[in-house]
Amino acid sequence: MMSDAISHVVLLGIVLSYFVTRDITSPFLILGATLTGLVTVVLVELLNKTRLVKEDAAIGLVFPFLFSIAVILIARYAGDVHLDTDAVLLGELAFAPFNRVELAGIDLGPKALVVMAIILAVSIAFVTIFFKELKLATFDASLASALGFAPVAIHYALMGLVSVTAVGAFDAVGSILVVALMIAPPAAAYLMTDNLSKMIVLSCVFGIVSAVSGYWLAVLLDANIAGSMATTAGLLFFLVLLAAPERGLVSAARRRAGQKQEFAQTMLTIHLLHHENRPEAEAESRTASLHEHLRWDPQFAQQVVVNAERQGLVTRRGPFLLLTDDGRGRAQREMSQ
Amino acid sequence: MDEFFTDYTLRTVALGAGALGIVSGALGSFAVLRKQSLLGDALSHAALPGVALAFILTGTKGQLVLMLGAAIAGWIATLFVGLIIRHTRIKQDSALGLVLSVFFGFGLMLLTFIQQRADASQAGLDRFLFGQAAALLQSDVITMAAVGGVAIALMLIFWKELKLLSFDTDFAVTLGFPVRALDILLTTLLVLAIVVGLQTVGVVLMSAMVVAPAVAARQWTDKLAFMVAGAAGFGAISGVIGAYVSSREPNLPTGPAIVVCVTAFAIFSLAFAPNRGLVWSRVRQWRNAQTLRSSAVLADLLALAQQHAESPHGHSVEVLAAMRPEQGGVSRTLRYLAEKGLASRNHSGEWSLTGAGLEEAKREVTVREECT
Repeated sequence: MMSDAISHVVLLGIVLSYFVTRDITSPFLILGATLTGLVTVVLVELLNKTRLVKEDAAIGLVFPFLFSIAVILIARYAGDVHLDTDAVLLGELAFAPFNRVELAGIDLGPKALVVMAIILAVSIAFVTIFFKELKLATFDASLASALGFAPVAIHYALMGLVSVTAVGAFDAVGSILVVALMIAPPAAAYLMTDNLSKMIVLSCVFGIVSAVSGYWLAVLLDANIAGSMATTAGLLFFLVLLAAPERGLVSAARRRAGQKQEFAQTMLTIHLLHHENRPEAEAESRTASLHEHLRWDPQFAQQVVVNAERQGLVTRRGPFLLLTDDGRGRAQREMSQ
Repeated sequence: MDEFFTDYTLRTVALGAGALGIVSGALGSFAVLRKQSLLGDALSHAALPGVALAFILTGTKGQLVLMLGAAIAGWIATLFVGLIIRHTRIKQDSALGLVLSVFFGFGLMLLTFIQQRADASQAGLDRFLFGQAAALLQSDVITMAAVGGVAIALMLIFWKELKLLSFDTDFAVTLGFPVRALDILLTTLLVLAIVVGLQTVGVVLMSAMVVAPAVAARQWTDKLAFMVAGAAGFGAISGVIGAYVSSREPNLPTGPAIVVCVTAFAIFSLAFAPNRGLVWSRVRQWRNAQTLRSSAVLADLLALAQQHAESPHGHSVEVLAAMRPEQGGVSRTLRYLAEKGLASRNHSGEWSLTGAGLEEAKREVTVREECT
């Protein structure tokens, strides 16, 4: 949520930088906006440190305040400049190809592309060079601190990069897409792997897939591109949520069902063992009466018996169920554990 | 001040903003206490597709219909967040951000659909995004008050249960309360509060309306009832002030004005509330430090006096400072002691205990010995 806060607050940075430079296209705006993002992080930390305000409340307090100031400043002092709040949230990616950068008369390409490419390069460099530090600071900040790394510095550097990215992407896609792409692809990747490097790579792949498919969806439906990309990012996440191996909902449900079956079979063998060679054995080992004695619903009971037979744990003799040697062995093993 | 009675727009906006302040302040208190402050932010962003869909499906821009759409969308968003948190290792923070941004992005897509329709003008729906308090009609305010009233009534009816849920969920479970249902109830109330406020302050700022009044009120009291009432009060006053200032000043949008006002209340409360206020904490801290320092210097003066019992004489500041190199401000402490009549300075700048000082120093020694 900090990235959500930062992406809203950069508006204030842009406004203030604009007041200083009076030039809406100045690169100084990016610097000002980044600084504002960092200031937000600092303010939230300060509030949190007083222990009077928890972190989530601090975020919810700081960023609307700064955003409000930005909106008020724009309304009062910059009403004639093209700095409207719509653009803040939404951006307008459709115009990006037309807004080009020229260097010494050579057309370098769309401004958005150039800016984001530079930010991408910086980010890749940062993550690669400081991979170990980032990894440690993220997973075990106390150990990092004890080992002499500076997790706080790393935290602020990271937040600085988040700010820069939010600002750089601003013009083209607005703040909402920044947040969506900063959370959904990594969250999806988190569901697929335990390895940090794999997670980062996978997250990039998911990000690219979301962006590209989002664009095509927008073209198809003639809809807002940024919104469309956020939607596809969400859909991708949802797909992964369902289908991820191991951690996905489907596989988790399957696993639970499998465990339930296994447990039921063990219970069946124990039940039969318990009553074997006893006077009530006849009553207790009737296939038909299982659902009564074990409180299973009849369909489930039927399923368990069939599966147990298939696994060679029980055999049927007429209306009765008998334990096989395997079945008995299993029951005894489980009970002794 | 009688503009409130003569100016229809101001009156309407102020009432609407006031209603918003009361409802979001009161219900926000529970959210803040349960560390769910950002749920407000997430719910307000997630409401957008609900508003858009409500319009697409019904073709009307009637308040209640749109509010219903917003509420349902907010509801579904909560379900998703819960699903993600319960079944995966993704934490609440990320789940909220994810659902928030995806739902909002989807909402934007829908808005662009609407833009293309011949019959639609987006203007009515835009106000849910950014809030257009100035466009509030009396009928709007009545709807807001009604919905808000329902939310507050439910809060009062289930007061004890909600209180327990917020402070000690596990205990509530052991007592047999239906905790899940109560949780759903509380979320629903929060959704209602947000839906009431969306048109006035817009999506982005709604989070502040939920959090800031509660934070402000929290600094003044430890009792839930007072906190909720205080939050409602702060919210209402901010709403009215924001509306008033915005109507008097040109180019000052109402939503942000309200948020600035309520945050100012929060900051003021954080700084100056008795007990918890940071300013008073500092003062107390300083006073305690001063007491400790003066005790130390007093003990030193006593020790010096006892060493020189046969030929009593004063000692300079430097000597006393040297006795406690790690403690600063010795001369200030000596002046403080002088003010209290416990030490005095002779004409050559040397300090010694007064009669009262001697007694006090001895008393403190006895107390220290009793304690150890």
